[in-house]
Order: sequence, then structure tokens, then C-alpha cells
Amino acid sequence: MKYVDEFRDPEKAKFLLNEIRTLSTRVHDGMDRPLQIMEVCGGHTHAIFRYGIETMLPDEIELVHGPGCPVCVLPMGRVDDCVALSELPNVIFTTFGDAMRVPGSKKSLLQAKSEGADVRMVYSPLDSLKIARDNPNKEVVFFGLGFETTMPSTAMTILQAERESIRNFSLFCNHITIIPTVKAILDSPELQLDGFLGPGHVSMVIGNQPYAFIAEQYGKPLVVAGFEPLDILHAVWMVLKQLDEGRCEVENQYSRVVPNDGNAVALDAVGRVFELREFFEWRGLGSIDHSGVRIREDYKAYDAERKFDIKSIKIADPKSCQCGEVLKGVIKPWECKVFGGACTPETPLGALMVSSEGACAAYYQYGDVEKIHSKRAEIKVAAGAGK
Amino acid sequence: MNVVPLHTGPARRKRLGKVNVPKITMAHGGGGKAMRDLIEDVFITAFDNPTLAPLEDQARCRLSELAMHGDRLAITTDSYVIHPIEFPGGDIGKLAICGTVNDLAVGGAKPLYLSCAVIIEEGIDVDLLRKIAASMAKTAREAGVLIVTGDTKVVDKGACDKLFINTTGIGVIREGLDLGADRVRPGDAILVNGLLGDHGAAILNARGDMKLSTPLASDCAALHGLIEAMLAAAPDTRFIRDATRGGIATVLNEVAEASQVGIEIHEDRTPLRAEVRGFCEILGLDPLYLANEGKLVCAVPPDKAEDVLAAMKSHPLGKDAAIIGHATNGRPGHVVMHTVFGGRRIVDMLVGEQLPRIC
Repeated sequence: MKYVDEFRDPEKAKFLLNEIRTLSTRVHDGMDRPLQIMEVCGGHTHAIFRYGIETMLPDEIELVHGPGCPVCVLPMGRVDDCVALSELPNVIFTTFGDAMRVPGSKKSLLQAKSEGADVRMVYSPLDSLKIARDNPNKEVVFFGLGFETTMPSTAMTILQAERESIRNFSLFCNHITIIPTVKAILDSPELQLDGFLGPGHVSMVIGNQPYAFIAEQYGKPLVVAGFEPLDILHAVWMVLKQLDEGRCEVENQYSRVVPNDGNAVALDAVGRVFELREFFEWRGLGSIDHSGVRIREDYKAYDAERKFDIKSIKIADPKSCQCGEVLKGVIKPWECKVFGGACTPETPLGALMVSSEGACAAYYQYGDVEKIHSKRAEIKVAAGAGK
Repeated sequence: MNVVPLHTGPARRKRLGKVNVPKITMAHGGGGKAMRDLIEDVFITAFDNPTLAPLEDQARCRLSELAMHGDRLAITTDSYVIHPIEFPGGDIGKLAICGTVNDLAVGGAKPLYLSCAVIIEEGIDVDLLRKIAASMAKTAREAGVLIVTGDTKVVDKGACDKLFINTTGIGVIREGLDLGADRVRPGDAILVNGLLGDHGAAILNARGDMKLSTPLASDCAALHGLIEAMLAAAPDTRFIRDATRGGIATVLNEVAEASQVGIEIHEDRTPLRAEVRGFCEILGLDPLYLANEGKLVCAVPPDKAEDVLAAMKSHPLGKDAAIIGHATNGRPGHVVMHTVFGGRRIVDMLVGEQLPRIC
């Protein structure tokens, strides 16, 4: 397949892995812990597991799977709001597929659907707008979810709805923004990350400039990366190269897609429709200032939060979950007390077990279980020895 | 012992009933003349055979005829509910025959008789029903099975989605064959008979949400002929299963669990159509979990792998067959894939159905 197979070439991978090994041996020399590189984006996490990239990297490099799975970090209370909206009479609730299974405090959208709610899976907010056009007597709500990647399409849909004067369409806005979250992670006292793989598709919209502070203020290298396995290896190599040369810069590995200044049209649409919220709640990370957006006053007619009475009750994450520590790279997924026991993809307790892009679900589904078990044993031995 | 001649009925009633309205109404399920007309016009006309013809409450099949084919009876049943009911590469009728024939054949049975029970939603076109029945009849004829008994019900609009079909199949297993999911041993070769995921991708695409114009078509096919050829090449085949819902990933997990072996497969040996790969890339789906309706997975002793592969390749339904991996004495119950990229990953069971990813 063109434009895909070129980026999955095992021969090129071998070459890159050799280079990575040479660099990581040098950079890691004298360190008493592995080099930690965080991939911020859930799409990267998915690709890393799908191609078994962790099994190929040298032991000195540890990939930390960051907060960039929008489905995972959605707080339970917001899922409850979705369920409540979907159960209103006369409402057609539309959503992306992978949000259907996310558990609320009582049920998921999939369960609400089975109980009679009109919940429909769509591939684009424009599909949702079409449903509104076709059902003028129904209220159609779109569950807006995701980072800057999906924000422009939602914004464009609202602008389109306004142009067509469609009044029975609204957005339940749960869009979040990546920069404040990365900053929150960087400010965490437990942090020991050495570098970042930047989110390719978010950057396609926002460009590379917003990450400058990571290099300048926090002294960490960041390489914006594509989603094919060679992209990821290439970006890891670029991070190591910076570390080896004592540089910390924002670099763009995904230049075939990401323009330095982002996409002006998309940013304009986002800016017209959305404004920052004072704070937004993240599952596993808690409340983060300016990390979410809401619909501006000018477009309030399309805001489900204003149109319907939404309770937004805050539901605390289960105490046993250690999602926050996993997200920050303090512990690995299998070191969590409930991983694979009380918390599995069938019955997820924590955010990261929810979607296939979540680090825990990915380990559970794709991870080398044998490796996990032996690592668990090692940890137990080490803990025993420490007593 | 006297052989009682099987009642094949009077040659045939004078004339078969005819449905003269364009759409099915509740009257067609009422048990009266309208129902008889529906059964005769749509089903009897299409399925016509001497065992069905007497229209008794049960089909009567000679034990001696069954015994000619082997020493064990195989029985299976499956219900077919699919949206849309017509799709590129087939329709619900073809599916209802092939699926049940395949469920018999993968156990090593020769498929002989099928039942056909339909649940019809009020309001569907009688012509559509005729078309589906004709498709069932054609598929059954090609597969060499007889539809010998049946049932029709009509339900209120909305109580089912156009048409549900249940078929039960009866077949006979030849002496000496003993296939089972628990028979696989470390070292056994794992094979598939061709390109994977066509049915699942075609159905998702036929639902039209994505409006992709691709030539994707269901692989819906009856596999008994292919299986006969495979079993002739390796009567000691351990296990065969058709990889329907849940795809080959699910079958491999089931067999790894049942046989308590590890299974390793190679992504670069797994046959996939470029269109299916592309479709999965766009939607974020994994083709290993996509449904097939004409694909099987089998495990054979290592020394028979090449023979079975050759037998498969010489059959039209196996021309793209491949040895995709082997059983190991690694971690029992686990399926591992060597990725094209040179990494390894676990191929686990899915929790529910695959859902397209957000971005």
C-alpha cells in the first residue's frame, strides 16, 4: 500500500535500531534508571503496541505512555452527562464509536442504547448534522471529544449549522487542549522524563511553536512524530540525538504533514467557535487550568450545556486506580495494584484501561504478558529485598 | 426388516398458491390461506425437492442413506441477522446456507440436509423474499444439500429487521476423522485458505456510513469441497474452523486455549487484500478481527503442512492459501504475532465488537 508500506520497512527499522542502540548506550551511560521518553498522543501508544516497538527498543529506553487518549481522560461525570442527555425524550445522541464503551458511574452509552436511548455512532460531526437535517422534529446532540485534532471539524460543523440555520443541532463540548496538560505533567515533582514525542495530528493543526516552552523553560527535547512505526523509531532517534549533543529543541519529524505554523483555516474556525474554560477535569489527572474549551457566547444556540439541564456531577476516580502515576511515567501499567485484576478491558476501573489507545488497555491487549509477569516478579523481589 | 417406503406425497397438489400482493402483511403469518400461499409461492417453489414436497411437520430421512456416508451424525444450527440483507458478494439467503454448510464441513462432516426457518418483518417486498429464497435454493443446490423442512413467521413492523433466517444442518462424519480444537500440538502448522476480512469490510462498507467506493465484496462461500480436498491430503488434520465473527484472531485464541498451546503467526504471511488493509487503516480497525464467511483456519501436523497447502491452492476457494504460523509450547493459550516491522505483539480476544477510533 502506497505511503504506508514505505514507513513499515523492516530493513530500515533494523538500521534505525542500530543507530538508536549506539546513541542510547552513550546517553544512558552513568544513569541509574532507564531513559524515559513520553509519547504524548494515544495514536502513538496504539502504534507502538500494534507493531511491537517496545519489544524492539534497547532496555535503556523506556517509553512512557502519556495522557493523549481523549477517550481515556474523559471524567466519569461527563460520561454520566452523555448518558443523561441520550436518555432525554426526543434526543438523538451521536458519538464517535470508541466513546460508546466508556463506563460512566452507572452505565456506558452502549448500555443506555440497549435500554432504549437513541444513541448513534458517527464518523464525523457532519454525519450528525445530517441526522439533524433529516430529523427536524428531534434534538440531535453531538458528543464533541478530542484534542485539537478533532476540534476544527466540530467548529466547522457548528459554522455550517449556523449557515444553514439548523436549530435542532447542538454540541456537548468535551474538547480538551494538550499544552496545559503537558505543562501539568512537567510541573509534577515526581517527573523524571528525558524527552517527548510530540503529537503529530494535534501539531498538524497547532503547528510546532506552542511546544517551544518545553525546550526553553523545562530543558526537554521534543520531536513531533508521525504514526507509522518508522516515524516513531526515527523520532526516538532524533530525541536521543538531541540528548547526545546536549541540545533541547522542538524538532519536526512529521514534516510531510505538520507545517511549522499549523493550519490557519482550522485555527481560525476553532478560534471563532471556542474559548478556553477556566479549568477542565481529567480522569486520572484531576482538574487542570485552561485545559478544556467551551462554545463562545456567539454560538450559544449550539451549546448542549446551555440548551439542556446538564448536572455535571463530579465523580471521583476509584481510589485503587493509579492512572495518574502511570500517565506521568512514575509507574508502569503493570505495577498498578489493580492492573489485570480488578481492572481489565471488560471492566475498566481506570481511564487507561478504557480505550485501545490507553496505555493499560494496550499492555493488556498487545503487551508481552510474559514480560509483564516476570517484571512483576522482579519488582516483588526488589521490594522484599528493600524491607 | 421391512423397509417402509418413504412417503413422498401425491405427485403434487394441483397448483401451488400464489401471493398476489406486493408486500408481506400480518395475514401472511396468520396460519390461513395467505400463509399457505406465501410458503408455496416463495419457499416451496424455490426449494422444490422430494423430501420437502409432502409438507409434513417433519422431514423424514432414511438412516440407511445417512449411514452410507459415515458413522456419526453432525448437527448444527445458526441464526442469520445481517444488515443490509443484500450486500456485494451475497445476501442473507446465501449466507444462511453457506454458514451452516461450513459449520458442518469444518467438523469433517458431509453436509446433507438443512432446515430453514424465517422470521419476516411485516411490510417487506414479496419480490425481495422471492429473490432471497432463490438465492438460498441456488446456494444449496451448488453445495449439494437439500432444504427439507422449514417454518415461516411474520412479526410486526419493527419487531425484526426485514428478515431473520435460522438454518439447522445435518451431516455425517466419515469414519476415522476426528477433528477438534483441543487436538493441536506444538509444532503443528496453522493455515488459512485465503484473503482475510473481506466479508467484515464489505458489510461495514455496504452500510454506507463512510461512502467509500471500493470493489470490496463478501467472501461468502460453502467450503465443504475445499475441506474434502484438505482432508484427503491429511486425514489426520487436527482442527478446522471457519473464521466468522471475531475473525481469525478469535479462532486462534479459542484453539490456543482449548489445546493449551501457544500460537505464533507472522503478519507478513497473513493474506490480506490491499483494499481491506486500506479500509482498516482509515477506520482504525484490525483485519485479524474482521468477519469472514468463506475463510477457514486449520492446524495440521508439521509434515503435512505442504501437502495441505498444495491441496488448498489447487481448489478455487483456496488459491490464496498460506501457512501463517505454527503452534508452540510457549505460554499456553496465548497468540503472538510477529509484526511486519520486526516486533512482537499479543493477539488477544476482543472484549466486544471493534469500534472505529476517534482520530
